[in-house]
Amino acid sequence: MLEIQNLHVRLEAEDKPILKGVDLNVAAGTVHAIMGPNGSGKSTLSYVLAGRDGYEVTDGTATLDGADLLAMEPEERAAAGLFLAFQYPVEIPGVGNMTFLRTAVNAQRKARGQEEMSAGEFLKVVRDRAGKLRIDADMLKRAVNVGFSGGEKKRNEILQMAMLEPKMCILDETDSGLDVDAMRLVSDGVNALRDAGRAFLVITHYQRLLDHIRPDVVHIMADGRIVKSGGPDLALEVERNGYADILAEAL
Amino acid sequence: MTVLDGGLQPEMRAGVDRETIETVQAMAGKYKYGWETDIEMDFAPKGLNEDIVRLISDKNGEPAWMLEWRLAAYRRWLRMEEPRWAMLKYPEIDYQDQFYHAKPKSMAGKPKSLDEVDPKLLATYARLGIPLKEQMVLAGVEGAGEPRRVAVDAVFDSVSVGTTFKAELAKAGVIFCAISEAVRDHPELVRKYLGSVVPQTDNFFATLNSAVFTDGSFVFIPAGVRCPMELSTYFRINAENTGQFERTLIIAEKGSYVSYLEGCTAPKRDTHQLHAAVVEIVILDDAEVKYSTVQNWYPGDEMGRGGIYNFVTKRADCRGARSKVMWTQVETGSAITWKYPSCILRGDDSQGEFYSIAIANNAQQADTGTKMVHLGKNTKSRIVSKGISAGRAQNTYRGLVSMHPKATNSRNYTQCDSLLIGQGCGAHTVPYIEVRNNSSRVEHEATTSKVDDEQLFYCRSRGMDEEEAVALVVNGFVKDVLQTLPMEFAMEAQALVAISLEGSVG
Ligand SMILES: Nc1ncnc2c1ncn2[C@@H]1O[C@H](COP(=O)(O)OP(=O)(O)O)[C@@H](O)[C@H]1O
Ligand SMILES: [Mg+2]
Repeated sequence: MLEIQNLHVRLEAEDKPILKGVDLNVAAGTVHAIMGPNGSGKSTLSYVLAGRDGYEVTDGTATLDGADLLAMEPEERAAAGLFLAFQYPVEIPGVGNMTFLRTAVNAQRKARGQEEMSAGEFLKVVRDRAGKLRIDADMLKRAVNVGFSGGEKKRNEILQMAMLEPKMCILDETDSGLDVDAMRLVSDGVNALRDAGRAFLVITHYQRLLDHIRPDVVHIMADGRIVKSGGPDLALEVERNGYADILAEAL
Repeated sequence: MTVLDGGLQPEMRAGVDRETIETVQAMAGKYKYGWETDIEMDFAPKGLNEDIVRLISDKNGEPAWMLEWRLAAYRRWLRMEEPRWAMLKYPEIDYQDQFYHAKPKSMAGKPKSLDEVDPKLLATYARLGIPLKEQMVLAGVEGAGEPRRVAVDAVFDSVSVGTTFKAELAKAGVIFCAISEAVRDHPELVRKYLGSVVPQTDNFFATLNSAVFTDGSFVFIPAGVRCPMELSTYFRINAENTGQFERTLIIAEKGSYVSYLEGCTAPKRDTHQLHAAVVEIVILDDAEVKYSTVQNWYPGDEMGRGGIYNFVTKRADCRGARSKVMWTQVETGSAITWKYPSCILRGDDSQGEFYSIAIANNAQQADTGTKMVHLGKNTKSRIVSKGISAGRAQNTYRGLVSMHPKATNSRNYTQCDSLLIGQGCGAHTVPYIEVRNNSSRVEHEATTSKVDDEQLFYCRSRGMDEEEAVALVVNGFVKDVLQTLPMEFAMEAQALVAISLEGSVG
């Protein structure tokens, strides 16, 4: 589904290479986890895939079901089925969460030539999915992420994902800052979406999340490259021994 | 009912946004109201002199006192200078190169009822979305509750073409008619109040208006009456080189209430058109008036060609104790906007509120704000101004808060936020504050921000295109003000926000 080859990315502002040849294949129906020390380029990878400004791709390719992601506008990538749960969700004062969701859902439907969701249908679906994430009416009414706690912001990202039903979901440290209960809600939210036509790329520091969302493949990223890949055991190894051995081995 | 984002009707707000987006896409950079109606017009000769003033008065069938009033204003005006203190740049206006009276020919003999009005005129208003003939059923959004009825007066170039719901209003004792009609039918009221809030001598443009105003709306709400429906006037400038000088007079007697809406459009023209209106509101004890404007005169093109020069004097006199006025304005149109709807808080415990959204894009310039003049004890005022600048536009908030010595224990709160889109535009805040007693308090907060790239990227990563994203973020920025508008106006305003920012990104 998602194929990344030899991806090199430079920060435009600092003229600084961040990604130095990332190779990654995520097949439909699978869950991949990426772990790695702070600053290794995990968020950069997710931003570049989502189409954020400020990065220059100097080499390599990234495709989603064969379509060239890097040639698309961010909204086209979204309509093509890519979703990024932000590490730091953005606040939009004055814009109701519900309005935001509905605008997003209908924008994507429109881009795909589908009919917009009726107000009634939309409400029904939102209430259902929000309920499962313990997001109450008040949170739906409030301005997008404004005054939300860290955990609320992360649950809100998962709600957006549940509403948009993307096929390629990237979660950037969605588990950071969550308490045990919120972690379970988020994992349940992800697990509910797992199916044969959908894939996940989960960036995390913690085994805790991977206990709930069982990954098929675990990658270790360091200094802008994927230096090691393996099965779920690799995450356990990181949990026990940290990154030092793996990094030493890779060098 | 102004719940825009409430839990009760989230679907409604969402519906509005969807509508906004559709409208933006449908517009594709076009000014929505930019067509012209092909109607035969009677023009008075170009230029301004006493004869023209007499002719206007004569065409309106006015009594002698009205003509004298106009002539006094005209003579005064000749000795006045156009004000130049605003942060506005525009070439010298040639006041002799304007038509001061244009009237559809079919109106030459006044129609007795709407049935006699030129169908082309009615069609024009229908195209503007203003059905004059039928009861207006608005806000037909799912779950929006009772459909609302709005009585409409429509002013086409210089002439009022018809007022709806007259009979029903009359039953309540409400007078809502063209001001030309009020001069003839209710001279005692007009004589008593005309010029009592905005004196003839007030300022260059108000004085010009006093001399040549052709029509406008008149509203009288008798003591103790809550006006049974919203009142609305739509102004349209159609003919080329015509100035439109409308005059509105609203009188709210003791304990009465009215909500009044004003909408404005004009066709696209390469030349600038002059608009100098005066609105006077008199509010007696315990009465309340809400005045909402969506001003969407043609703003000119990207290069600054054409567009309306809009010089407006609006003032409410809270004459009575505990009287209240609320101005809400959404200013998206005009090449030049010079406008400061003001509140004279004369009565003890009176209250004035001013909520404003001013959007300037491309080469537009807006210098707008309010004056809160506290004269009575325990008076309160509140100002919320949201200025949005894009393109090469300049947007100035200019506001005066004045607490007189006798206005003890009075309060003002001012919040003034500016939002910049792109690099080429400017936002300016010019607050004047005078406090001449020790017990009153004035609070002023101002912010300037840019449309944030992170916010736009966040929206786009969820599938919205750049223009939708900007419209959404900006609508969030102005939400506090939109919420003060009646529902259907809020929708129109929201759509306008998006349309007027077309092409401001990318
Ligand atoms: N906007 C930025 N300005 C400067 N440096 C940045 C910026 N964004 C990322 N970086 C740098 O890029 C590297 C990778 O960062 P990031 O992708 O956030 O890592 P991770 O998510 O793995 O912690 C770090 O060295 C970080 O300091
Ligand atoms: Mg990160």
